[in-house]
Amino acid sequence: MECPRNAMAELANPRFLRPVSSRDVDIGQAVAFGPERPLALDGGKTLSPFTVAYMTYGALNAAKSNVVLVCHALTGDQFAASDHPVTGKPGWWQTMVGPGKPIDTDRFFVVSANVIGGCMGSSGPAEIDPATGKPFGLTFPLVTVRDMVRAQAMLLDALGIGEVLCVLGGSMGGMQALQWAASYPERVVSAVPIACAAKHSAQNIAFHEVGRQAIMADPDWLGGAYQLAGRRPAKGLAVARMAAHITYLSEAALQRKFGRNLQNREDFSFAFRPDFQIESYLHHQGMSFVERFDANSYLYITRAMDYFDLAADYGGVLANAFLNTRTRFLIVSFTSDWLFPTVENKRIAHALNAAAAKVSFVEIETDRGHDAFLLDEPEMFATIRGFLNAVAASRGVA
Amino acid sequence: MKADVAKLRPDLAAIAQMIPKGASVLDVGCGDGALLEHLARESGVDGRGVELSQSNVNACVARGLAVVQGDADTDLAEYPSQVFDVVILSQTIQATRKPAAVLHHLLRIGRSTVVSFPNFGHWRVRLALLVNGTMPRTKALDYAWYDTPNIHLCTIADFRDLVRGQGASVDRALALDGRGQTRTMRPDAWGPNLFAEGAIFLLRPGR
Repeated sequence: MECPRNAMAELANPRFLRPVSSRDVDIGQAVAFGPERPLALDGGKTLSPFTVAYMTYGALNAAKSNVVLVCHALTGDQFAASDHPVTGKPGWWQTMVGPGKPIDTDRFFVVSANVIGGCMGSSGPAEIDPATGKPFGLTFPLVTVRDMVRAQAMLLDALGIGEVLCVLGGSMGGMQALQWAASYPERVVSAVPIACAAKHSAQNIAFHEVGRQAIMADPDWLGGAYQLAGRRPAKGLAVARMAAHITYLSEAALQRKFGRNLQNREDFSFAFRPDFQIESYLHHQGMSFVERFDANSYLYITRAMDYFDLAADYGGVLANAFLNTRTRFLIVSFTSDWLFPTVENKRIAHALNAAAAKVSFVEIETDRGHDAFLLDEPEMFATIRGFLNAVAASRGVA
Repeated sequence: MKADVAKLRPDLAAIAQMIPKGASVLDVGCGDGALLEHLARESGVDGRGVELSQSNVNACVARGLAVVQGDADTDLAEYPSQVFDVVILSQTIQATRKPAAVLHHLLRIGRSTVVSFPNFGHWRVRLALLVNGTMPRTKALDYAWYDTPNIHLCTIADFRDLVRGQGASVDRALALDGRGQTRTMRPDAWGPNLFAEGAIFLLRPGR
């Protein structure tokens, strides 16, 4: 990968200093929930008014029986299957969602919403607090994965959609799929949690805390009030992304793609410039992330993942979250994913088995680590396509 | 229905006839899901599967079956006790690392258990070893000794002893011949152990 040699120095560029929310960006569609429809949060506070930004792909059938809800991961957004309005890059799941793709938009009506706490149009710390006319910053209430799912349920209500044929997502999106099945079993015909866990592990919380501390250690973070000062903790956010990005890959993939190769040079610089390709790659990842993501949103959403422990809401027994469920499940993990390893995904499958739920589990062989759920993985596509076909057939969806 | 049974492998068709309508079934080593699909369609069975091969799991998922990719040797311990009416292990026990432990879990998980396996007591197998002095290869298990996945082959008499050792009782035993015909046998009889190519046991935990 070719990257500017001084990628990190680029972060001083003024375009990184403006908050994402203040830019003239087309966030797709949005539903504004007024004071009459407040969102009660797990943290005890109430969010009202609030907004959920979303995209849809495909067409809703007359029976409203072909709805597929796609949930995004930590740094994703509603642009699953269309070009991202800030970066111009393809949607994060464009390999999976589209005409003729495994989630076939010629058949299914796909809804993809930006999570509460996010920064692409749904209410979050970067948005303006209507009560003060200023950006929320850290005055935005802490949210949980369950709050995100509650907001999505309200969105579907607003769209006149009752039942969802399938809820799918990877990583935090998988947590949402699990939460959906636990919170609204009567609305969820099937759920596909991919590369996730029923609880965030100590190791995962630890990595998140490193990222948060990197952001908060940036002098431009200003206690979270950087927007008021017209600044952004771009370097802190970039470092957070770099650290996190390592956890999304595998040692084997890093070795295969980069090894110890040097970047545009024959020998070491004997300085602290990025000598190695892997360094340039990480700098590039950090920099391109900062362009599209809000630092406070990163704090909020990582926190929501840390708080996720589905069994804890059901007396410590995960199976109890799914007792008597009629939802069909497909659990997918990847052999080289060490962030949400197979053992965590299998734990979900075993709990569902104990609850006598209809569950399938498949482990996909790949060296691409956690990020595999976003990549071109033919076996994953084949499994999900087959599962969706069977579920659609069982409900008479053409 | 008859045409459909005919399409099933003979031992699977014989197993299918042992499963009561509407039963809850766990098929361990369910392959591409042919038996589970047949049972769901023809007998209203609420089926689950465990299968090692990913391509087989994909085939099952595409058939609308609930199948978990896993290993009988390691994963059965995770299942709660007495949750299925019938647990099936067809043509798999000889490939497990710990057949006794696997059978123990099957008897624990299911209210009844069906096990089918190739009979290594068949006269041709005995003769091949006697005459050639090499490890026998059969039509059903055509592997050299060094690359066979079938690491724990047994005879009908061996299996009967294992069942008794675990305190389980035999509800029914079927001998399977080379043309896929089945007939009821007494597990203690010497004839089937010499002439049957395979066997199917219907077991119940405890005597």
